[in-house]
Amino acid sequence: MNESVVLDKVIKTHGLVRAVDHVSLSIQSGEFFSILGPSGSGKTTILRLIAGLDRPDQGDIFIQQRVVTLDPPHERPVNMVFQHYALFPHLSVFENVAFGLQMKGERQANIQKAVSHMLALVRLQGKENRLPGQLSGGEQQRVALARALVNRPVVLLLDEPLAALDQQLRQEMQGELKRLQREVQATFICVTHQQDEALMLSDRIAVMHGGKLLQVGTPQEIYDHPVSSTVAQFIGLSNVLSGNIARCEGGLCRVEHGVLSPVMVTCFPHDSPQGAVTVMVRPERVHVSSDMSVNGYDNMLQAIVHHVAFSGNEVVYHVRLRDETIWMARVPIAEAQACPLAVGQPVYVHWWAHEGLVLPAHPAPC
Amino acid sequence: MLINRLATSSAFPVKLSLVSASLFLGLFFFLPLVLVFGVSLASRGMYGGITWIATWENYQRVLDPLVGVIFFRSLLFAGLTTVVCAVVAFPLAYCLARASRPWQLILLTLVMIPFWTNFLVRTYAWVLILRADGILNTLLIRLGFLEEPLPLLFTDVSVFVGLVYGYLPFMVLPLVVAIERISPQLEDAAFDLYASMGAMFRHVLLPLSTPGFLAGGVLVFIPSLGAFITPYLLGGGQKMMLGTLIQQEFLVARDWPFGSALSFGLMGTVLLLWFLLGRTSVGKDPS
Repeated sequence: MNESVVLDKVIKTHGLVRAVDHVSLSIQSGEFFSILGPSGSGKTTILRLIAGLDRPDQGDIFIQQRVVTLDPPHERPVNMVFQHYALFPHLSVFENVAFGLQMKGERQANIQKAVSHMLALVRLQGKENRLPGQLSGGEQQRVALARALVNRPVVLLLDEPLAALDQQLRQEMQGELKRLQREVQATFICVTHQQDEALMLSDRIAVMHGGKLLQVGTPQEIYDHPVSSTVAQFIGLSNVLSGNIARCEGGLCRVEHGVLSPVMVTCFPHDSPQGAVTVMVRPERVHVSSDMSVNGYDNMLQAIVHHVAFSGNEVVYHVRLRDETIWMARVPIAEAQACPLAVGQPVYVHWWAHEGLVLPAHPAPC
Repeated sequence: MLINRLATSSAFPVKLSLVSASLFLGLFFFLPLVLVFGVSLASRGMYGGITWIATWENYQRVLDPLVGVIFFRSLLFAGLTTVVCAVVAFPLAYCLARASRPWQLILLTLVMIPFWTNFLVRTYAWVLILRADGILNTLLIRLGFLEEPLPLLFTDVSVFVGLVYGYLPFMVLPLVVAIERISPQLEDAAFDLYASMGAMFRHVLLPLSTPGFLAGGVLVFIPSLGAFITPYLLGGGQKMMLGTLIQQEFLVARDWPFGSALSFGLMGTVLLLWFLLGRTSVGKDPS
């Protein structure tokens, strides 16, 4: 395998806080890799370590099989798109994009050509002489991308690249990012706290929390098989229920809860979870009805409709279980209209055993 | 813009404060200025008083080559003081601007502490440091670097040191404000784009600090151009500067009309320089 960036047991401490705690990671060449986590989870620090703007306390960083742990930023084939773009406000669009090449001492004619080419690639022709302050957010974003990519980096680092854009621009720029990556064929490492962004853009995702890596995998793997409830909560909303394994055989577990009726969940046949567990069900897998005798479902819990949220093509029911936890159920609009439910109405929550996931309550770090 | 918004909103208190401010400035700034201008057009009396006979003679004397030399020397000293203050102040201002909150407060206080002492006393302190049997000479002789004390006091150097010392905070404070407004991310971005430390400073920090340098430059240049305590005490009054000349005309020679004309000459020079600065690209707001 052709590894582009490798982190080997990297530790970085800011004051008393372990921003990055024993992180090992291997990112393939040409991959769109996202690091997903809440703010303060250490994901930006990882980017700064790869860029060389920070140095790790321990561990090593490799770029294209070469140790770069102590190399200064200008010796690394890496460029960064900063969170608020960090465009030089006193320099024109052209001068901003040309900055890196100028610092490298490129010939003026080459700079002219490379910058024009890059500005065409991000569709900013004709804005060469504007100052960053005269551009819209989306345009600034593209200047930042051009300024980094014009140096032909092996790895492009993006720190919350779309966070400052409004919803529509964000979707446009997502496509734009994928297109740019195909054209320049660099490894893109993107830090974000938006799970939908990470799911849509990435070849692989690393989920971080409190400076630790919780899980690394393809979007599908992480969505369908989260290793812990933290990951599950972060990748799409999830309904959770804590309980204890009562019995587990042949890939079917019975989980008991003090207040609620026991539930059945499937697990891998060779797994046999024990003790305290978390059961997780995605809101789109949950069915609600006022009718107790809906056929066939493996699980049924009593609840009361707490809140009804309409979102265009679906209705999200927030229901309160008997232990006061709130679950959500996403129901297609046609189905919801067929038998509408009102706030305060007693309902039954149903789901299949194989649609639930059983996770250890205290996961081992990966 | 702010004035506009204030004027359209609650009108009465704004008008009141505008009127009181105008009154204050008119009474304590504009009126004395008019008086001094009047005096500058009058004649000196036989025994030092003012005789109210209008004349241009005082302004003709301002154009005297001897006065010209003093003007030139003062401009040179003020210019040099400004440049040295800028060079010394920048690293200090940078540390201040980038320090964490508690440190920033401590350092700012340290910069401000000299203001709590009278300027005259602080200048006398330099006399104690610089004179032949002063602290610096004694120290250098004790350490064996010197046989004989260096003549430090009453030289151009001592005046210069005094001016830089006195006006340095006026350069530091505007620079701190300017540097604080430069995002540290811009420095990171420059490093990420292959800039060395020096290149980052030249292409990012320096141009973005221009407003600070301009404000600080004005605050240092103008008072050092008219300074008289420092040249008098540390220069021993040996080489005349504009400030000392004006002071002497008023207090020693008792030639108020000529002193007033000199003051207006000084003001005219400053305004001319200010106008010229505004016409260069440096004077334009980079943002």
